[in-house]
Amino acid sequence: MNPWNHDVAKDEKDLVDVQVDGVWMQMPRGLNVVEVAHRAQKFIPHYCYHPKLSVVGNCRMCLFEMGTPKMGPDRKPVLGADGKPEIAWMPRPQIGCATNITPGMGIRTDSALVKDCRNGVMEFLLINHPLDCPICDQAGECKLQEYSVEYGTGASRFVENKVKKPKNVDLGERIVLDDERCILCSRCIRFSSEVMKDDVLGFVNRGSHSTLTAYPGKSFDNAYSLNTADICPVGALTSKDFRFQMRVWFLKETKSLCTSCGTGCNVTIGSREGKVHRLTPRENEAVNSQWMCDFGRLNFHYLESKDRLHRPLLRAAGEQFPGTWADAIQRSVDGLKKVKPEEIAVVASGRLTLEELFVLKRLLAELGVNRVDTVPNPGQADNFLRSGDGNPNSRGTELLGLSSGGRKLGSWGTEIESGKIKALFVLGGEDLATSGLPASTLAKLDLLIVSGIVANETTRLAHVVLPGVAFAEKTGSMVNVHGRLQRMTRAVAAPGESRDEWTILRDLRMALTGGNSFHSVEDIWKSMAAEVSQLSGLNWARIGDLGIQIELVAESAGVKAG
Amino acid sequence: MAISQHRLVFKHIDAPGYTRDIACYQKHGGYEMLKKGLAMGPAGIRDEVKKSQLRGRGGAGFPTGTKWSFIDPAKVTKPIYLICNADESEPGTFKDRQIIYKDPHQLIEGMILSCFANGVKLAYLYIRCEFTEGWKILETALAEAKAAGFLGKNILKSGYDLEIYVHRGAGAYICGEETGLIESLEGKRAYPRIKPPYFPAVLGLYMCPTIVNNVETLCNVKHIVEMGGDAYAKIGRPNNTGTRLLCVSGDVVRPGYYEFPCGALTLGQLIYDVCGGIRNGRKLKAVIPGGSSAKVLRAGETYKMKAKDIHGNIVDRDVRLEDLPMDFDSLAAAGSMAGSGGVIVMDDTRDMVECLANISTFYAHESCGQCTPCREGVLWLKKILARIADGHGKDEDPTLLKDVADRIAGRTICAFGEAASWPVQSFLGKFKEEFQLRIRRNGTAAKTDTVSLTH
Repeated sequence: MNPWNHDVAKDEKDLVDVQVDGVWMQMPRGLNVVEVAHRAQKFIPHYCYHPKLSVVGNCRMCLFEMGTPKMGPDRKPVLGADGKPEIAWMPRPQIGCATNITPGMGIRTDSALVKDCRNGVMEFLLINHPLDCPICDQAGECKLQEYSVEYGTGASRFVENKVKKPKNVDLGERIVLDDERCILCSRCIRFSSEVMKDDVLGFVNRGSHSTLTAYPGKSFDNAYSLNTADICPVGALTSKDFRFQMRVWFLKETKSLCTSCGTGCNVTIGSREGKVHRLTPRENEAVNSQWMCDFGRLNFHYLESKDRLHRPLLRAAGEQFPGTWADAIQRSVDGLKKVKPEEIAVVASGRLTLEELFVLKRLLAELGVNRVDTVPNPGQADNFLRSGDGNPNSRGTELLGLSSGGRKLGSWGTEIESGKIKALFVLGGEDLATSGLPASTLAKLDLLIVSGIVANETTRLAHVVLPGVAFAEKTGSMVNVHGRLQRMTRAVAAPGESRDEWTILRDLRMALTGGNSFHSVEDIWKSMAAEVSQLSGLNWARIGDLGIQIELVAESAGVKAG
Repeated sequence: MAISQHRLVFKHIDAPGYTRDIACYQKHGGYEMLKKGLAMGPAGIRDEVKKSQLRGRGGAGFPTGTKWSFIDPAKVTKPIYLICNADESEPGTFKDRQIIYKDPHQLIEGMILSCFANGVKLAYLYIRCEFTEGWKILETALAEAKAAGFLGKNILKSGYDLEIYVHRGAGAYICGEETGLIESLEGKRAYPRIKPPYFPAVLGLYMCPTIVNNVETLCNVKHIVEMGGDAYAKIGRPNNTGTRLLCVSGDVVRPGYYEFPCGALTLGQLIYDVCGGIRNGRKLKAVIPGGSSAKVLRAGETYKMKAKDIHGNIVDRDVRLEDLPMDFDSLAAAGSMAGSGGVIVMDDTRDMVECLANISTFYAHESCGQCTPCREGVLWLKKILARIADGHGKDEDPTLLKDVADRIAGRTICAFGEAASWPVQSFLGKFKEEFQLRIRRNGTAAKTDTVSLTH
């Protein structure tokens, strides 16, 4: 995925001796000094260096003092009293990003020279900087701010006029540039050309007047452009969607997943007081590295849609009226009891979590309902992160045998028309209007129960609407297209009376079959791990923040008999 | 003139009746050395160049034979490139220009020999865009050489093929930095590369092994082939062999370009004997001996230098400015450098504040802007100096200037950081009182008022 992975050692077992701040240790050969220092629990500050991009060495923040083993007249290293090589220190500082460790190398990350180098770079970077932190979106997560505190000086000695550069530059559809804040580290240029192969950014002019810009006639709006706002160490590149919305230090950060396609990019949800303000990629080398697509990143505004379903709705006299959960469950149960199990069809959803699907599976097994399938949701695969599967948990539905990839679904229209299917339970807010089940067909049903998030054509036809919750509002797990089981955690409360689907399904199950109830996601996991062979030995905690690879299964297989 | 020049590279420059066409060049023995060199074989030429102890004439003075030895044509599988650096940009330097304009075939012959010696099949001649006529002259000369069979396929039936292309810069000092030049040649912004890993000998042009040599250096190769490395090494002084082209500008009676054996004459002889002394009977105040980035030397200074006494022991000796031999090692020992051979002489009417402000303006304009200390620091230096020169200096400015310069030098991607800092460090170190006086007189002294502090 990435052309470079400087933070990954070629061979973790091929170690060389290096001395970091006076302590000898072993580190993998070939790692650069920034990464070695990091592993040694030291920190070498840097701006332009990024482990996934080419090394350019332009910021000079990672200057360190370097030494090599002192050689005696016999061309052998001179050993000190401790039996370790004595080190000959070079007078000139070197950059940590472009220096790979060699046996016997000495590294000083904190000497007087190193401190002076960093202090100098900080002073230089700030002399022409607008110092507009109070109105800058990067404030709070700005490397200039952070390093200024750590390595800078409180006051400036600069009394000249600052260099003026373009501000509020519309770089593309989703990105705004402030050239005066730009420290010319070229991370955005390198991300665009090296990772995205979209060579549209560059510098013009010279010296202190150097200016970042899009090439003439070009616009910076590739499908991953917002990643540059993440890797921009300062406030030069900001997201049009997020800028001026919320100070970042107010954001609560919750580890979750993007559910906009089958890749399941790991994300951090930034929220405050029940409102999601942004999604940012969370590093996971097994899935999305440090990136995510702009579509997935911005696909959370539906949480605040005007059409959001936040109360149960019951149909009476041809119209839907708000009702209580008790009424909604009762109405559903009554309706389902009136028909035979073989007259019930269930549209499960690749948007539901594994836990929700498992409770559904239990319910259907107990009821003896066999007619279950999912709605295929083709995505736009792009050879990078976006998957051709628009559902985040299709593998989960297959793992639990709840999907035939939509093949069963095709015959349901005629079966509804002929009266073979009398009740339809639709989950995950699937809109059936686009899946070959037009409103005229659905109107023939005795009972249409729909659980969803945002009102659509199908919910409007439902006899019972059970408002569910969106990804940022729930805790659960999903299996991505490559068979990686991953967790998402609730960041914000669901609006109104809407509820986690697993609790809706649990209540239905209790009322319908009297089945043992589940009280938590962990509870569900206990049963699920016992029943599903691919999940055996797993529990909620063991999935971890980065997920776990499970064996990919053919659909409808993998569930233990009974 | 008490001291006569030793014209080797400049042998025919300005000679009456000498023209730059190939016929004239051949009438004067041109391309005979190519024949000799082809017979010597690549290893033969490389050996002679190594023996000659020739040092690069572009500014850094790196031994050419050593530079070539980083590449072993027998082991390299990628193409090897040679680039002639004709981006002569250092203020005060105008030697390569003479060669290009007046004797281009000498350069081409030297280049062909150097390419042959290093297994180069394709070479580039990178010329600064301001040399518009020089570019045309080189194109003509290359066409002539090709027509005569000295370039192209099967040169002089030796089986050796070589093409040389001229590439014009677009007006940036940094294109003279070899890795910046390579980037520019590749069609990119001339951002110097980080070393490691991008040493030209390993990852040069198009990531292939590349040799970058200065115009004067390549011309010398022809003369080394002619006289042999050992004979060449006898010219000049040990470790400072051969002749040196010197460009004298500033306040002397006869500014111009001269050629002398390295270290054969002193700075005093150059100024007073060769160039006829300081203009209008004034006194010497300061000299920049190797292009504007070299550290300034102040009249009346003496330098501690190692020398052999009559018993052969190494002793410290005090050497006056006027007695400094004009060679690499002596000027380095004096705290400056021979650099590009551009000697800038300043008399006692020169205002050091204005001089330094002028130099810093140049460097601030030419900083490529890639790395932080140079990009931000050099413009800062310029702004402070302009302010002092404008009569708005502050007491803390000299300290600040030195501090800023100290935080640039040694911390940048390329040597531009030093080039821009050394003048500031040396002018402030040696003429501090002049800066302080200017600051004290803020607003009261006219801008052109000169502070006479010379000895």
